Amino acid sequence: MIRTIFAAAAAVSLSGLAALAEPAVVMAPGGAGGGYDATARMPFEAMAADGIFTDGATFTNKGGAGGTIGLAEFAGANQGNDNAVMSMGVIMVGGILLNNSPVTLDDVTPLVRLTNDTGVIAVATDSPIQSVEDLVAAMKADLGAVSIAGGSAGGVDHIVMALLAKEAGLDPAKINYIPQESGAESVVAVGGGAVMVAVSGISEFKPMADAGRIKIIAVTSEGRVEGIDAPSLTEAGFPVVVGNWRGIVGAPGMSDAGKAMWLDRFTRMHEGQAWKDILAKQGWEDAFLAGDEFAAFLDAEKERTAAVLKDLGLIQ
Amino acid sequence: MDPVNGLLNGFAVALQPQNLFWCFLGTFMGTAIGVLPGIGPALTIALLLPVTVYIDPTAAFIMFAGIFYGAMYGGSTTSILLNTPGEAGAMMTALEGNRMARKGRGAAALCTAALGSFVAGTIGTIGLTFLAPPIAELAFIFKPQDYFALMLLAFLSVSVVMGSSKVRGFIALFIGLSLGVVGIDKAGGMQRLTFGVPDLLDGVEMTVVLVSLFAIGELLYVSSRYGKQMPNLNPLAGGIWMTREDWKRSWKPWLRGAAFGFPIGALPAGGAEIPTFLSYTVERKLTRHPEEFGHGAIEGVAGPEAANNAAAAGVLVPLLTLGLPTSATAAILLAAFQNYGLQPGPLLFINSGDLVWGLIASLYIGNLMLLVLNLPLAGLWVRLLFVPRPYLYAGILIFSLVGIWGVSNSWVDLAMMFGVGCLGYVMRVYDFPIAPVLIGLILGPMAEEKLRDALAAGQGDPLTLVSTPLSAGLLAIAFLVVTVPALLQWRRSRRIVEPADAE
Repeated sequence: MIRTIFAAAAAVSLSGLAALAEPAVVMAPGGAGGGYDATARMPFEAMAADGIFTDGATFTNKGGAGGTIGLAEFAGANQGNDNAVMSMGVIMVGGILLNNSPVTLDDVTPLVRLTNDTGVIAVATDSPIQSVEDLVAAMKADLGAVSIAGGSAGGVDHIVMALLAKEAGLDPAKINYIPQESGAESVVAVGGGAVMVAVSGISEFKPMADAGRIKIIAVTSEGRVEGIDAPSLTEAGFPVVVGNWRGIVGAPGMSDAGKAMWLDRFTRMHEGQAWKDILAKQGWEDAFLAGDEFAAFLDAEKERTAAVLKDLGLIQ
Repeated sequence: MDPVNGLLNGFAVALQPQNLFWCFLGTFMGTAIGVLPGIGPALTIALLLPVTVYIDPTAAFIMFAGIFYGAMYGGSTTSILLNTPGEAGAMMTALEGNRMARKGRGAAALCTAALGSFVAGTIGTIGLTFLAPPIAELAFIFKPQDYFALMLLAFLSVSVVMGSSKVRGFIALFIGLSLGVVGIDKAGGMQRLTFGVPDLLDGVEMTVVLVSLFAIGELLYVSSRYGKQMPNLNPLAGGIWMTREDWKRSWKPWLRGAAFGFPIGALPAGGAEIPTFLSYTVERKLTRHPEEFGHGAIEGVAGPEAANNAAAAGVLVPLLTLGLPTSATAAILLAAFQNYGLQPGPLLFINSGDLVWGLIASLYIGNLMLLVLNLPLAGLWVRLLFVPRPYLYAGILIFSLVGIWGVSNSWVDLAMMFGVGCLGYVMRVYDFPIAPVLIGLILGPMAEEKLRDALAAGQGDPLTLVSTPLSAGLLAIAFLVVTVPALLQWRRSRRIVEPADAE
């Protein structure tokens, strides 16, 4: 931490450019090997490979409470540091509300959205529910009887089902949502018949569906997804578009020059071959959105998440 | 490719000199991190993930598997010699193992741990080779109510056998259960016992409690007693090899431990801890030397240590055959596969047969390497106890602090470490068993989650808890575990009036 304080001091005392010729200070608000970790490290790998930013980076992993502990530490230590960035995503948007975090995303500088993992709804292959229509009919018949496995309470998977229930004219707070520790547990729960429906990201469920373990009945993108034989919820008549997106934010009070510099770096990185290779290797969906457009998107996500969590009774 | 051909092919891959080197490197690193408190295989492999860019996948996975297996071996060493387990899976080993070490039988304990690990690890690997597909299906058969029943059984059976008195055992258990509820409630989002500290929102880190209770508590205890009573034990008093009697008493626990470890390790919520708890209980029940339990019974080392290693092989079953990661280490391994653009699952055996079978073959080789590495070292490790106590325990303190800091860089964890360490000291002074605290902490939240899963899926009907044959059977056994000893005691007290030769 001392290093980041020095870096912050350096950034204040020296003129902008001189301070920037040192390693970037990067926070990954999750454990090593997780989604936030990869979202923090991979862009720097790509930028180094394409010669966009070669000064290196010092990474700090700080997980916990939906990423809000890392967020608080990042915001506290890097006030006005043009050299500090952090990976984040939609889970953090909900995590801030659920954990009642004193530091929020209003305190940091939105830079770019990089990737997305579209959600999917799946059932057992021999389930009586074989389509979105079947699912909604079953929910209308007896909402409590449709047990749903997914990620943490109030996370993207929960939000998908809450929005679907709302679109179908049902009370989202009454859905029988059972949070699981991991996507793997959701797969066995639905594949083994312990629950009727499971929600997770494509990256986690597609291999299981390809192996014939579960059947995907819907995706949560706007249109269909190549390689998956299932309609989007929108196509099935329930306009619910939810993605587990991830991106990068800058330090609190980042200068306009610093912001412009990072946007330029990420934009060039996005066009480069190294990033394309990383997307392919990691199985990530490209969801690049930069600057003001990302800030507007982030505001919309915050608003929607807050509304859904309120409907679910998870926050006041 | 059928298993036999696949395996022969795999040996051809794994026996190449460079792969042998990676295997050795992995097992060596694994042993080292297993010895260090706090640093586990998951973290180590995560830190090594970037190197996968530079070496080919087969070599990387052979090394990772070595780390995974090696960590299971290494954990037993510090448990036995210093009463400071580095991983939860090695906790049960400390109970009897450390008592043996204090009686000068440390080398025998290390030997039975190493041999048991080898035997069970090999059985587990054979299971992985030939039974992987059907064992993997267990994941889909086990329902939340079955897990709940399994955990309740592990819970009750351990509490019943542990400690000098049941009241102390239950107090310790409930301390663990209370620590287990700290954090955000997963289903409802309520904060429980967090006192507004954000670092507590995700609950109490198990490693922190494990290291603090054992290592810090032990350290405080030893230093508080140091002045009064100079330790004058000869660590080699019991020789450096297992006796004939030791062998006779070890081989059955090895096999039983493997029988617990492999299938439970293959379950998504199984892990390495539950089989070690069950194995310890069973050995304590079946032994012909019940009086030795609590004072250094070799069965209590052989069984849990075998269960621990067989579980490691079990974890690889759903990972390789279904692509299902069932533990933190498995999740990191899955990430490593994906780094290479490989998707574990049925297709992996077809598309990357060389890699998978090379990996499986390297597990056999790694196991043997670990045995060769650890067995001759047993006599050497024991000499660690000749190091004067002040130096030894200062070293443990440093390693523990560094290890805990490394887990999450959190000062709250460090503060908790001292609090829990003091608790561990008090518990030692007043003769409370320590293991039930950790059992409560590990199994409490899991049992709660599975209970709620089962009840939610069954819409609140309590009968759903006995709705599968397995859950009903396990709950019946759990019931017997509690009632039978009480019943026997009652009969024994009645028999006092009859002639004494009835025993």
